[in-house]
Amino acid sequence: MATFFLSKSHKLIMHNLKSTKLLTFGVTNHTSSVANSLLSSHFLHTRSRPPLPNDAGFSRCFATVSSGRRSHTAVSFSDDVDQDQLSTEAPLQQELNFPGGKVKFTPNKLFTSGSSAERTQCYRVLNENGQLLIDSDSLKISKEVAVKMYRDMVTLQVMDTIFYEAQRQGRISFYLTTIGEEAINIASAAALSHNDFVFPQYREPGVLLWRGFTLQEFANQLFGNKYDQGKGRQMPIHYGSKKLNYITVSSTVATQIPHAVGAAYSLKMEKQDACTITYFGDGGSSTGDFHAGLNFSAVMEAPVIFFCRNNGWAISTPITDQLRSDGIVVRGKAYGIPSIRVDGNDALAIYSAVYEARKLAIEKQTPVLIEALTYRAGHHSTSDDSTKYRPADEIEWWRDGQNPVKRFRTWVENNGWWNDQVESEHRSNIRKQLSQAIQAAERVEKPPVADMFNDVYDVLPKNLNEQEVSLREHVKKHPQEYPSNVAV
Amino acid sequence: MATNLRKFNRFGSILTNHSNSLRRFSSPAASSGVLASADGQLLQSSKSINLYTAINQALHIALDSDPRSYIFGEDVGFGGVFRCTTGLADQFGKHRVFNTPLCEQGIVGFAIGLAAMGNRAIAEIQFADYIFPAFDQIVNEAAKFRYRSGNEFNCGGLTIRAPYGAVGHGALYHSQSPEAFFCHVPGLKVVIPRSPKEAKGLLLASIRDPNPVVFFEPKGLYRLAVEEVPEGDYTLPLSEAEVIREGSDITLVGWGAQLTTMEQACVDAEKEGISCELIDLKTLLPWDKETVEASVRKTGRLLISHEAPVTGGFGAEISASIVERCFLRLEAPVARVCGLDTPFPHVFEPFYMPTKNKILDAIKETVNF
Ligand SMILES: Cc1ncc(C[n+]2csc(CCOP(=O)(O)OP(=O)(O)O)c2C)c(N)n1
Ligand SMILES: [Mg+2]
Repeated sequence: MATFFLSKSHKLIMHNLKSTKLLTFGVTNHTSSVANSLLSSHFLHTRSRPPLPNDAGFSRCFATVSSGRRSHTAVSFSDDVDQDQLSTEAPLQQELNFPGGKVKFTPNKLFTSGSSAERTQCYRVLNENGQLLIDSDSLKISKEVAVKMYRDMVTLQVMDTIFYEAQRQGRISFYLTTIGEEAINIASAAALSHNDFVFPQYREPGVLLWRGFTLQEFANQLFGNKYDQGKGRQMPIHYGSKKLNYITVSSTVATQIPHAVGAAYSLKMEKQDACTITYFGDGGSSTGDFHAGLNFSAVMEAPVIFFCRNNGWAISTPITDQLRSDGIVVRGKAYGIPSIRVDGNDALAIYSAVYEARKLAIEKQTPVLIEALTYRAGHHSTSDDSTKYRPADEIEWWRDGQNPVKRFRTWVENNGWWNDQVESEHRSNIRKQLSQAIQAAERVEKPPVADMFNDVYDVLPKNLNEQEVSLREHVKKHPQEYPSNVAV
Repeated sequence: MATNLRKFNRFGSILTNHSNSLRRFSSPAASSGVLASADGQLLQSSKSINLYTAINQALHIALDSDPRSYIFGEDVGFGGVFRCTTGLADQFGKHRVFNTPLCEQGIVGFAIGLAAMGNRAIAEIQFADYIFPAFDQIVNEAAKFRYRSGNEFNCGGLTIRAPYGAVGHGALYHSQSPEAFFCHVPGLKVVIPRSPKEAKGLLLASIRDPNPVVFFEPKGLYRLAVEEVPEGDYTLPLSEAEVIREGSDITLVGWGAQLTTMEQACVDAEKEGISCELIDLKTLLPWDKETVEASVRKTGRLLISHEAPVTGGFGAEISASIVERCFLRLEAPVARVCGLDTPFPHVFEPFYMPTKNKILDAIKETVNF
């Protein structure tokens, strides 16, 4: 196929060679080519090895027009070369010095396989019973960090249970749980530094929790009251916090991925000891923004961590309807990004992988991709009933046997850092705090109607000013038609 | 499917009105359109069904009547998040009704290629709010496929369905009405139905129309709107507006779910002695100026209402066109009661919306100008 393409581009090269000065590398064995005469000498070492028998079949001329980091390649195929002449006049090249590195020639017409017989391995530290794997290559975690990790994982669980219930009671309009992905949320957050910027999707509230977002702040956002940082404008679970470097959630899947790359480029230019991290799902990895983001990050050498939560489902769409590659991890390689696959239900593996990724990203100024294998153990959201499209025993298998919180607890407990009594105290304490937070958030009035108009721009333009005035007049005429907990 | 039906009544004729139907439009004229294009089945049996079931029926008929028709989109396989494709994959197979990866530009780009090969490609965008990643494919590709090739090629078999509009708690990204963006694109048709019967007939017409159509479905009405819908195959004409309520003092023009609110305003205005004529535009591009013009010539006043922000909304186009055609006949400025020029807000939704009272106030102001 490549040959076919090359033969078609026979004449292209001449048109593409705008300036001889731009030529930096390439190879040729084609003496009559104009391009040949333009080639500079530093590629000659590519001819040093003895020719392969069939090399003559690849007689062609390559040249590259390059300016700085951005290079364009023009390719030409010569079909009128005298092969005898070639073999006597010059040694045939075995590899091509092509942008990105040398490419070996082969006489074998081999297509790379679309599917890998052996799938990329998954990094794991704790087995499903909460025991350390022998020889596991992981970082030591202090008691203090480990206990906070576990506490926050439990808090996240209790939060999900109680907020979910509040939605079922009609007190909030929407909710979405993180059940099954507690380790991903908390362990990844624990391995980062607070000055790393987070570009979340929507199933990562644990990162906020880790950084100190209070239960009351969560509740305020869910109720969209006047203390909600987002001023009641977005649906529940669209948290954000300037203070905690957590960019506000948007419902649009994966749009945050290229943002994280641009922000990382800023950190790079400002020489900050920080990186960005962006979270997204398996579904999100199908978007144009994912691919654009990965490619940009590699080209711009941006210190960004791409954290894919591969939980097997995008609403009702199973992973097999989403992609046919070996998950997401292999795409990192395709874009030139160091990548790792981790067990998403193993808090220790996630912690070590993210810690290392952060180091790599900042020290080497490179993007890093992490694919965490996990399972969305809850419904997609309160608008969804996942029993309609997936078997109950599948859910059970993951919820029970693979439960990341249970697994981590075993390890923490075996270290003597946790026990039943602390567990039940913590749970009931969080439950109490949450029910207070909900009651308080519910009582607080909504943001004033002026906040519908503010922040569309930095300052209110005339059209909005007019609309605000006429809305006020209208509401004054029909007060009974409007909610009483919004100040006009 | 029967379980999806709110009411399961059979009627001998589509002319029979179900007295309990919610949100039924009081339009004796409305049913004649159905009759005329109901493939001659004047006495087609009908059932009282909701809007998503009507869409489901239309899709079913589309698959059944043309073996080269395909339906796909995110979560379409299990029936779609709004249940519009329920049962279709089971009946017609996973090769004709299927899930796609999460990528709107991919969905529409794929659909264009499929349509260009002579198929009917019915693509679902899960929410109109997520149509924007496909904007390039729709605007630069689908809309210009025929024109740029000198009619060598076309993708007329393409229909893009997307639920749009307010639902009470959708906020920024589950509420938008992006129709005006597409009304600015020569080569596209833009269609929005107001009720189950309209949805079925207009969707089948859109699917069979030899041009790419963007079909926005009022998702707030999927379950709420219930109406007698003929069970069989029928189409309703595109680019034909319909007077759904006759009146003499002012013309109201709208489309989709907003008509429900507008009709309530008409009823209230009538109590105060104002006679309103209400027009459902149905097809926004290319739109039926003549019907609107004729009505405004009669009433001398015009009010347009839509949920999308007022600035640059399609109401502006209607207003400009009618002022051009009826300048001397107009007795008051054209009124627009629309969404505000802000993103669609969550807790402020009741304030943002072009409510019945806002419309009623504007009717009175216009009539008393
Ligand atoms: C651009 C876009 N298209 C469609 C949607 C609707 N939608 C919301 S979540 C979702 C599935 C996302 O799945 P995944 O990325 O795997 O994340 P998960 O929910 O599994 O965490 C879809 C299709 C959206 N929010 N944005
Ligand atoms: Mg997923």
